[in-house]
Amino acid sequence: MKREVTLQVNGEPYTIIVDTRETLLDALRYRLGFMGPKEGCGNGNCGSCTVTLNGAIVDSCLVFAVEADGAEVTTVEGLAVNGQLHPLQRAFIETGALQCGFCTPGFIMSAKALLERNPHPTEQEIRLALSGNLCRCTGYDKIVRAVMAASEALARAA
Amino acid sequence: MELQEHKFKVIGTRPIRHDGVDKVTGRAKYGADISLPGMLHAKVLRSPHAHARIKSIDVSAALALPGVKAVITGKDLPELPPGSQQMGELVVNPRYLSMNIMARDKVLYDGHAVAAVAATSPHIAEEALKLIKVEYEILPPVLDVRKAMQDDAPILLPELRTSGTPEKSDKPTNIASQVRFARGDLEAGFRAADVIVEREFTTSMVHQGYIEPHNAVAQYNADGHGTIWVSTQGPFSVRELCSHILQMPLGNIKVVPAEIGGGFGGKTTVYLEPLALLLAKKTGRPVKMVMSRAEVLRATGPTSGSYIRCKMGATKEGKITAAQVWMAYEAGAFPGSPVGAGCMTILAPYALENLQIDGFDVVLNKPKTCAYRAPGATNAAFAAETVIDELAEKLGIDPLEFRRRNGAKEGTAQPAGPQFRRIGYIETVEAIMNSEHYRSPLPHVPGKLVGRGVASGFWFNAGFQSTAIVSINSDGTANVVTGSPDIGGTRAACAMIAAEVLGLKAEEVNPVVTDTESIGHTDVTGGSRVTFATGYAVYEAAQDAVRQLKERAATIWKVKPEDVVYQDGVVSCVNNGHEPMTLKQLAGRLARAGGPVTGRAAVNPRGVGPGFATHVVDIAVDPETGKVDILRYTAAQDVGKAVHPSYVEGQIQGGVAQGIGWALNEEYYYDENGIMRNTGFLDYRIPTCLDLPMIETILVEVPNPGHPLGIRGVGEVPIVPPPAAIANALYRAIGVRMTELPMSPAKVAKAVLEKNKAPQ
Repeated sequence: MKREVTLQVNGEPYTIIVDTRETLLDALRYRLGFMGPKEGCGNGNCGSCTVTLNGAIVDSCLVFAVEADGAEVTTVEGLAVNGQLHPLQRAFIETGALQCGFCTPGFIMSAKALLERNPHPTEQEIRLALSGNLCRCTGYDKIVRAVMAASEALARAA
Repeated sequence: MELQEHKFKVIGTRPIRHDGVDKVTGRAKYGADISLPGMLHAKVLRSPHAHARIKSIDVSAALALPGVKAVITGKDLPELPPGSQQMGELVVNPRYLSMNIMARDKVLYDGHAVAAVAATSPHIAEEALKLIKVEYEILPPVLDVRKAMQDDAPILLPELRTSGTPEKSDKPTNIASQVRFARGDLEAGFRAADVIVEREFTTSMVHQGYIEPHNAVAQYNADGHGTIWVSTQGPFSVRELCSHILQMPLGNIKVVPAEIGGGFGGKTTVYLEPLALLLAKKTGRPVKMVMSRAEVLRATGPTSGSYIRCKMGATKEGKITAAQVWMAYEAGAFPGSPVGAGCMTILAPYALENLQIDGFDVVLNKPKTCAYRAPGATNAAFAAETVIDELAEKLGIDPLEFRRRNGAKEGTAQPAGPQFRRIGYIETVEAIMNSEHYRSPLPHVPGKLVGRGVASGFWFNAGFQSTAIVSINSDGTANVVTGSPDIGGTRAACAMIAAEVLGLKAEEVNPVVTDTESIGHTDVTGGSRVTFATGYAVYEAAQDAVRQLKERAATIWKVKPEDVVYQDGVVSCVNNGHEPMTLKQLAGRLARAGGPVTGRAAVNPRGVGPGFATHVVDIAVDPETGKVDILRYTAAQDVGKAVHPSYVEGQIQGGVAQGIGWALNEEYYYDENGIMRNTGFLDYRIPTCLDLPMIETILVEVPNPGHPLGIRGVGEVPIVPPPAAIANALYRAIGVRMTELPMSPAKVAKAVLEKNKAPQ
């Protein structure tokens, strides 16, 4: 069964025809071409598909595309403004917080949501906020440091 | 041109990695991100049984489903002759490999591929799988490595005979091979010991757990040429393996490596690639295949579970006099566990005169294992490093001091025979002894039992073949082209090596990983070999470019090339009268001075520098739940020369995290019928951010004499010590030697309970 879905992605309006069984993740990737969100598990365990849906972070593999009708979605592609990286993106590459990079978009989206509600998190608060995102390369050390660095950079910019 | 360490300008710094922006903006293209016009989607039907004979497969209903374009089964794949061959780090048997990617007359593990369907959408392909009727005759499975070795065990492969035995046997068996390393006089060694410790250890099968599932997109042309886009550690291996499995000329297959979302050894073989190419051939359309997480866990190659018996003796002065090891590794459904590497690594950190190591490679009804970070060494170190800790404890010697007294150094003979060249094992032991961590008291944690443990590890590292091209752009920047997929930051390392030689900044060099038709043969990204061997090729190719640049300058100046000096990106002439030129100035004049400059090199370096590591961990145990918290972790490692220290630290931190998961949580859980019961990340539990502390690293740099820049591989050895270090910490915390991995909360709680019940 097909349905028409109208949504905003990274501030731009789109209307797409989707299968009713299609996930938001698949619609973002294969209907709209936003390949930043990744499928690592398909059941909400790994967080690689993290996006924001009306401001809340979700695993887009657990949301049907039809549920996003009328919604505002932000993917990692929406973070850089006018070609300027978001402080989190900059911090991730400056601290070496990624190796294979597959989980990185999901981590950046979860970290962005954390810093928006808690601009000065402790290490433990960062670890808790990122515990829904799995990384197998880094041991998380440099990811946590990147979020700390971004928090400081955002405070300096404010 | 000789580079001297104290003059390094780029190596040892921390520039931003060249693929960094692509990876933080979502632009990096992984295998599953690739789509082609008219592309079909294929899915695999997998066995629901651990061991069964396939009596019949009826695909007619699946083929009749609208949207289905092709169905393949084992009958569509060529039958191959028996026999193995060495391919880079791996020994490969193409016949078994083909039987693994698609079952023939028998299924040998839960998840074994039985058929594949290509359809116009992934959903239709999935629906079609349900329409395939397979009739099975269920056979008894064997799931325990020691039971699989017994005479009355169910036999997986009727033609299998044990290799490596003194006498040839013609008896069907599950023991694929046995190996022995021995020297000295074992009995005399144990007689000379004041203390002897002997224990048995078991470890569970564990998975690499890369977050990106396996994928492949294939296209087949009417001229018999095929192209495969895939996230792989070894595009050249994929080409070679597909050529064998499909009996296609190697030169007719092109493999384009996509960005790869983690591999850790698990993406060094093929699963989907030949099936996608075969389906593309059958349908004339591009075919895409992507595994689900459950498929990754059930049907790709984890590393072996194992049973190890380890006995060691030492004098009261703290000298190890003898060591005897017996180890059986699960190969999975087809031969090829890393038991050989287990045998060769288990005692390698120590100078031993009397030893005997027996290893057995055993097939059973679990997925065929594949490489996983220092394959075979972690299981082995869990056993040996626990026994060594106990010897030191019984002798009243500090466990690090005990290791230092027995530690291997330059000239020590390895268990497999060859002598070590310059190595840094003892330096890693001393680095931990002198660390702030080891010298600090254990923290007190209310309500918890705390303990500190140490352990060491060894890994050979690999050399193998690599090719590199370094070309000079007309603006004086450079391109570096290699065939080594980048999983941990090796593009940056290769660019930095070229930049060092050429006198450029790291960001003035563009590193590119290319396909199998655009660069010469390059072995897998594995064996911690890329920065060492591909980096070696890049170093040589950059030197080749420098030679040519000097010739061009000589042409311009009308002098002899040997009168031209290249230093820090500037060419000058030993004779006066010629104004030195920067690389940028020279590059702009190349068109009129003999044409473009491209350096190239192909290497197969012999001077591999092995990796040693020593770790210390502090833990807190909840005596009621058995949950272990890692309070503090420090890893010291001989890294030779850290090219980009951030990514060397990253390799260590990532390896430690995997080792912690292996130690405490991760295991393949099979029911009595051989069905895997934890096929998702919720139940196959890898460490999360919340489970770990910061992981402190100490980079010990003992230059590898076999590399012009002193580089050693760094990626694998960090996973080796953690299970033993944690087991040794657990002993200090709860007073029980844990000999079974994972040391999950249930097992730890039970150990605490039994210890408390035991009469004091």
